[in-house]
Formats: sequence, C-alpha cells, structure tokens
Amino acid sequence: MVAATIPDYKNERPDQNQLWDKKYLLFLSEITAVFDGFKALDLEHIGVMHNELRVVIGPNGAGKSTMCDVITGKTRPTTGSVWFGGEEITKKSEDEIVRIGIGRKFQTPTVYDSLTVYENMELSLPGSKGIFAMLTARRNKTERDRVMHLLERVRLADDVDTEARYLSHGQRQWLAISSLILSQPRLLLVDEPAAGLTDSETELTGELLLELKKEHTLIVIEHDMDFVRQLNSRVTVLCEGRSMAEGSLEEVKTNPEVIEAYLGR
Amino acid sequence: MTERTMNEPAGIHLGSICGTSASQINKAFAGALLAFAILLPMLAHAGVVSVETVNMAGRYMALGIVALGLDLIWGYTGILSLCQALFFALGGYAMGIHLAHQGTLHNGIPESLYVVYPYKVGESKGMEVLPWFWLIFKPFNLTILLGILIPGLVAGLIGFAGFISRVKGVYFSILTQALTVAAMMFFSKNEMKLCGTNGITNFTTLAGHELSDPNVKIGLYVVTLICLIGTYLICLLLTKSRFGRVLLAVRDSETALRFAGYKPYAFKAAIFIFAGMLAGLAGMLYTPQANIITPSYMEARWSILMVVWVAVGGRGTLFGAVAGAMVINLLYNAMTSQWSIGSFDWKPDYWPLVLGMLFILVVLALPDGLAGLWRKMVGRIAEVD
Repeated sequence: MVAATIPDYKNERPDQNQLWDKKYLLFLSEITAVFDGFKALDLEHIGVMHNELRVVIGPNGAGKSTMCDVITGKTRPTTGSVWFGGEEITKKSEDEIVRIGIGRKFQTPTVYDSLTVYENMELSLPGSKGIFAMLTARRNKTERDRVMHLLERVRLADDVDTEARYLSHGQRQWLAISSLILSQPRLLLVDEPAAGLTDSETELTGELLLELKKEHTLIVIEHDMDFVRQLNSRVTVLCEGRSMAEGSLEEVKTNPEVIEAYLGR
Repeated sequence: MTERTMNEPAGIHLGSICGTSASQINKAFAGALLAFAILLPMLAHAGVVSVETVNMAGRYMALGIVALGLDLIWGYTGILSLCQALFFALGGYAMGIHLAHQGTLHNGIPESLYVVYPYKVGESKGMEVLPWFWLIFKPFNLTILLGILIPGLVAGLIGFAGFISRVKGVYFSILTQALTVAAMMFFSKNEMKLCGTNGITNFTTLAGHELSDPNVKIGLYVVTLICLIGTYLICLLLTKSRFGRVLLAVRDSETALRFAGYKPYAFKAAIFIFAGMLAGLAGMLYTPQANIITPSYMEARWSILMVVWVAVGGRGTLFGAVAGAMVINLLYNAMTSQWSIGSFDWKPDYWPLVLGMLFILVVLALPDGLAGLWRKMVGRIAEVD
C-alpha cells in the first residue's frame, strides 16, 4: 500500500480554475494564521468535495480548531483565502458565513441553558434571524414535526420541555448537533462530537453523522481513533499547523511522517 | 407571575386536584393587587387615605416602569446597565422643561432658569433668551414624543457603539456609569442653561390642570397606573415571544447565538433602546408627581438603587422587578421618617444600613429575590392544599 501524502491541488485553486466549485464545496488556499509571531496554521491547500465526510485528525495543538475558526470567520487568517460554494468568504462576518451555509458545533457543546430543548431547537430553524422576524414568529405544525423528528432520532423527544441545563453531557452534544442539522447548513463543521461520550452514545453519534453524509457535506474533527474508523471516510492529518497527509485512515496510518508526529522521535 | 423560569413546584399536581394550583394563587394575588391599585384613588376620594399616599404610590409606580426596563436588559439579557438613571432623568427633564414653561415667568423665561441664567460677555440682565432646547418642549404632544425618543436615541448611540465593538460585562457597566456621571456634570453647569444643580421645580400646571389640585394628583396616579399596566403587558408579550427567547440566549451563550446566524448586537441594542424609552417614560410620569427634577437623579447611587430594586424583586421575572421597586421604595419611605418605639428612636440615617443589609441578604439567601421566595411559598401552599 502506498502511503498517503497531500494530493496535488495546485491546478484546482479557485483563483486559477473557474470550475473549482463543480468539484469542491470548500477550498482553503494557502492559509496562514499567526498569533504573536506563533504560526498556528500554515496550510497549503485543502479541498472538501460535495457530500464528502472529511475527518480531520492531529495531535493536540495541531491547529484543528484554529482551522475551524478560520472557516467560520471567528479568526481572520493572516494570509490566504477561504472559498465556499463558488465565492470567497475570507472577509465575511461570522453570522454572514452562517447564513451562507456553514454551521458549526463547538468542542464543548453550546446550548442555551435556560431555554428548553424545544426552544433551543427553535432558534436554529432556518429563515430570517432578524429582530422583526423574532417578534412575529409563530409556532406551526410543519416546524414542530421537523424538530420532533430530529429529537426522536437522538432520543430527546421526551425531554422537549426540559431546560437544557438539566441535560447530561451526551444529551447536550446531541442537542447541539440536532440544532445544527435543523439549520440546514450546506457544510457542517463538527468539532469533537464524541468527546466525553460513553461507547453506546459514541456509536449513535457516528450513525448520525454517516446518515447526514447522504445529504450534507461534513468536516468532523476527532481524537478518538475507533470513532474515526467507524466513520470510514477520507482523513486529513494536521500537525503543527500543516496538513501532513490526506487519504483513507489505513493510508495515512502508514505514512512515516504521521507515525513520527504521533509517536514522537 | 407566570414566569418562564418557574420550576414546576413538586406539589402542583396534587394542588390542582384539590382545586388550588400555583397559577391560580398567582392569579388571585395579581387580581387582588390590581383591585387595590384601582381602589386606591377611590379610597382617597372618600378620605380614607391621604392624597399624599396616592401621590407616593404613583411616583413609585413610575419607578416600577424603570425597573421593568432594567429587568429586560439585565435580568433577561444579562447586561448590567448603570445608565437607566440617565434615561430616567432625560425623560424627567423633558417634562420638567415643559412644566416650567407654564410656571412663573420672569422677562419671558421660566423662573427656574431665570435664577441661574448665566450671562455671557456683553449680555446684561434683561437680555435673556430661551435656548432652542427649551422651545422644543413647549408643545405638550411634542414633549411626550421627545421624552421617549431622546432617551431611546441616546440608548441607541451607546448601545450600537458598545455592542458592535463587543464591550461586555463589567466594562459595559463601567462605561454606562461613567456616561451617567458625565451627563450629571453637564446638567449641573449653569452655562448649559438647564437650571444647574437646583434643577427645575415650582411647577404649577400641566396641560391646563392645577398640579396642586388633589384630583389632578389622583389623575396623575391613574395615568401612571395605566402606563405601568400597559408597559408590563408589552414586556410580557416581548418575553413570551421568540424575541424574548433570543434575549435569554444572549445571556446564556452569545457566541453560540452568533454561530446560529444571529446578530447579537442588534438584539442587545434593540432591548437597550426599549429599556431606555421605558425609563424616559417613567421620568416623565415621575417629575410632575415629585414636583422637581434635578441632576442628582443621575448620581451613581440612583443607578445602583435601581439595580437593587430588580435584584431584591427577582431578576428575570417582570413581576419581581416591579415588586422590588415598590417594596424598596415603600421601605425607604417608612425608614426615612422619624418614629420611635418606647425609648428607641429610629433615625433616617439608618436607612442606608438597612438597604445594604437587605442587598447582602438577597445575594446570600435569596438569589431569585422576592419572586423566588414567593414561588417557593406558593409551591408549599399548593402542596398543603
């Protein structure tokens, strides 16, 4: 088996290839992010194809979360550009990027503690997020059915009226993922969905992500190798801010650079 | 008292079987309070209570409207604003200037301004002219409009500037407190032609009615009561809408909200403006009943006192905010008058001590304030039944 390295993206860069968006939904081009002289991110090119589930792995401090921050507009890259669905989004604000279609689940699940499970979901319904829309919003059956359908899938249907502060860690993870799905993003960034979950919870989360792959494009950041194996998808390895290898899990595992990065010299 | 943060008391089901549920007790209590508030002017008319008592209740109700606004911005949205006193004073000054126009005039300018009129170089007595910001408050309708719009506008400026640049937490509180103190300095200067530290006083008529007439005092009470009920209902609608849930979401996790596609700063600014307008309205209702407005209403202690009302009453519950404002002010009224039991003489000087202890007590023992205490009590009663 040939060890995976980085594929040759050179001729597919959005600024050179007009048709890049036929193949890729997201393209990161020569991104660097420097904080106080420390280079947190130094990526050449990464392309994520339509309806792909891409897993990003890497040791601690490899820049995985920083990469998410750059994609979602939380951090501005020092140089380089982010392209999504046919346009450059490097300079757009966080809420604009969300409305264009990139949704994110944070490492620690962010839910609104004093709102009930249903109210949490409600705030993620697609559509206008303006003040007037919120003042005039009325509940309706189609919305309720969609919310309940998602909640049933993650076994939260019985807790719709429970305030989120009373949920277990796993339930909070699922609530965060469910609201993300409800908002119908074109790209889901899922940061460590299995962190702190029990084995059976992890399995359900894996099933959920694989189901999503049918209709969505996903980037999943993960530590848990068993979980990555379950997802059985293309893997990008980040290390010290660089993308080191890309390929199937088996392929990247045989890459000597990756082995060195994980095991140390 | 149908607050959304209410945890269903354990006994609610038992209680409802026996015929008294917590919500029924709440409704009965609210109804009784409302009935009392409506009956009060009639009692005054019959001579059972003094007009001064009604006047006092009217003033405290106006302060209850300020508390409603502060509760929306602090209790619901989690932003501790210390400039509600500024908005209150802006509304108060609008009404004060309007009332001064109708009072005693000297050389064509109201007495309060005349006594501190600052003469510029070359100006001599007899050359007094009313500045433009006095003239705009001459028409009654325009005054009402400006008394609400100006605080709203100032709140909009502070809100958008602060929230877009993501000034948060204690920094926002300090910013608002500093602006309030700056405004107080501004209003205190005689050169600003806002009557200096004396403030505006000696009002005689409002829209042709003698302010000293007991019936007019009762009328002002009724107007304040209607405004309080009206604003309470508007706030209730706001907090029950999806907009209200966005406010709670801002409090819980602003970042999550931003990544759900919302602009938190717009929601924060909107509710800050609304709270500012409520404070302005309250100031306009308060001034003719207190018969004075001075820059001292912008002192730091007033801003803090407003926070204490809401904290004691119960943050995040509209009823608690109003109740807190009323209870603290009634206590203030009782404890700043001189009385004695036996050989013990109560002195008004003790009041700050009582207030301080009350605040500490609430922080330590009643984090949900009086509203939280009430919920627990009602839960018990429903259980016993």
